[in-house]
Amino acid sequence: MGIGAIFRKELADHFSSYRFIILFALIAMVSLITTYMVGIGLKAELAGLAKPKFVFLMLFTSTGPLFSLVQFVAFFGPLIGLVLGFDSINRERSAGTLSKLASQPIYRDSIINGKFLSGVATVAIMLLSILLVVSGLGLTLIGVVPGIEEVWRIFIYLIISIFYISFWLGVSILFSILFRGIATSALATLAVWIFFSFFVSMGASVVANAVVPLDQATTQDPEMIMGHVRIKRNVSLLSPMQLYNDSTAIIIDPMRKTTGSLVLMGAIERLSSERFERPLTISQSIYVVLPHLITLIAITFICFGFSYYVFMRQEIRPI
Amino acid sequence: MDREAIVETHGLSKSYGKQVAVNDLTFDVRVGEIFGFLGPNGSGKTTTLLMLLGLTEPTKGWARVADFDPTKEAIKVKRIVGYIPENIGFYDDMNARENLKFIARLNNTPDSVSSVKIEEALESVGLKEEVEKKVGAYSRGMRQRLGIAEILIKEPSIAFLDEPTLGLDPEGTTRIIDHIRSLSRDKSITILLSSHDLKQVQKIADRIGIMINGRMVAVGPLERLAKEKLGVDDKEISLDDVYMKYFQEVST
Repeated sequence: MGIGAIFRKELADHFSSYRFIILFALIAMVSLITTYMVGIGLKAELAGLAKPKFVFLMLFTSTGPLFSLVQFVAFFGPLIGLVLGFDSINRERSAGTLSKLASQPIYRDSIINGKFLSGVATVAIMLLSILLVVSGLGLTLIGVVPGIEEVWRIFIYLIISIFYISFWLGVSILFSILFRGIATSALATLAVWIFFSFFVSMGASVVANAVVPLDQATTQDPEMIMGHVRIKRNVSLLSPMQLYNDSTAIIIDPMRKTTGSLVLMGAIERLSSERFERPLTISQSIYVVLPHLITLIAITFICFGFSYYVFMRQEIRPI
Repeated sequence: MDREAIVETHGLSKSYGKQVAVNDLTFDVRVGEIFGFLGPNGSGKTTTLLMLLGLTEPTKGWARVADFDPTKEAIKVKRIVGYIPENIGFYDDMNARENLKFIARLNNTPDSVSSVKIEEALESVGLKEEVEKKVGAYSRGMRQRLGIAEILIKEPSIAFLDEPTLGLDPEGTTRIIDHIRSLSRDKSITILLSSHDLKQVQKIADRIGIMINGRMVAVGPLERLAKEKLGVDDKEISLDDVYMKYFQEVST
């Protein structure tokens, strides 16, 4: 009850806000440029060669001169969630509209549910439209129609990305409940984002170095190297960004069979080796990253659930 | 002539840690009257209103609003109560009509019904001319009148108005007082009006309650209070006199 009215209003607010327009323009621009460069590169590389299977997905995974589209969304996606949510509750509180909302005949949870769902809807519309535009551009560039399996993989990638960005949306809504100041919650969300994006992977190296130090003598020992890498990988899985990176890499690239491959290959090398390998089916790909996916979905719900709990117990007073 | 009580509290108390905001409050508001809820800032008026609305839970005692328990049946209470908080908030980037439409939707009023009501309400509070302006550009008086329009749209049986004349110029105050009077007379809405300014309240209130430091020190028609507390007959007493009297009583 009341959730529909709040959802509609919030959605309208999102789509008419400058921050949304700026974010959307930025993302659309970067994705188009990235796809264009990747597409041109692929076209050049594949000239005269038989088209490999799943060439369409390479549009998303090839790094090109800058970064791949998947990497860009992994890095920039959290920012969408944070920007959409960091002032959702405390702005209403400071404008005095929160106590008015709460005095209307609606359940209190419809306020926070409506806000969260409208954010998720905004993210979904944003990502879907960008993926469609990018696919269209890719079609004209490479001239290959994606197979049904490729479409499914892109769809699953879209769903995972929506969950991932919704996790960050949940974090920012939580901070907007916890902190009264809008600037404080904005800074806090940014700090969390930076911590998980950069410092967890750094910390992972530090921990791995401390537990299994690699020096002159041990670098020859494969056991030690494996141990080092394993610790580093496990620690960095504490970061939702790592979880997301690992799972989308597998989903979008059928040739990848494990999240923990040590071998680095160039594009041409990969192309030639892949001709002799069988790709994973979708269900197998999902199976490989199932623990990642479940964790990602779980932390999204935990984060939102915690904001829900805090919000329901907070006293709403006019100021 | 005692009318039926629509708001009733018994031993209502609220404390934040050791600080007692509302202390053992027992009073009632009767159907159709204008009840002036007086007291200095920080005396617990707003906290009492929040408890009556179910936005805050009492630590002790109980309250009933139209036979509903605000703590357990908050939605039912909110359906029949219109509330204008002190410093009423609006969505500043929307205009008056959009703000009112949102409130109507939250109250489950279909747009076809609310659009007529909204125009009528804007007309009667005199905001018809300014309706295209964003509410962010409204003056304090206009915002309070928009608050009254919100009540007109919701058509509640009771309205809780928290300091509706705070910070208004004399003309704005008179307008708001007139609107409140017409809410009571024309729409027969029971009104619980909180204020620290006796001069405003005594113009319209049928009965008043005086709250100091979380306690209700006096309830009744103003003439009776004046007689009992100060021994004067006329209505020309000031709240300061009553405060002084009360503090004298406390100190002795």
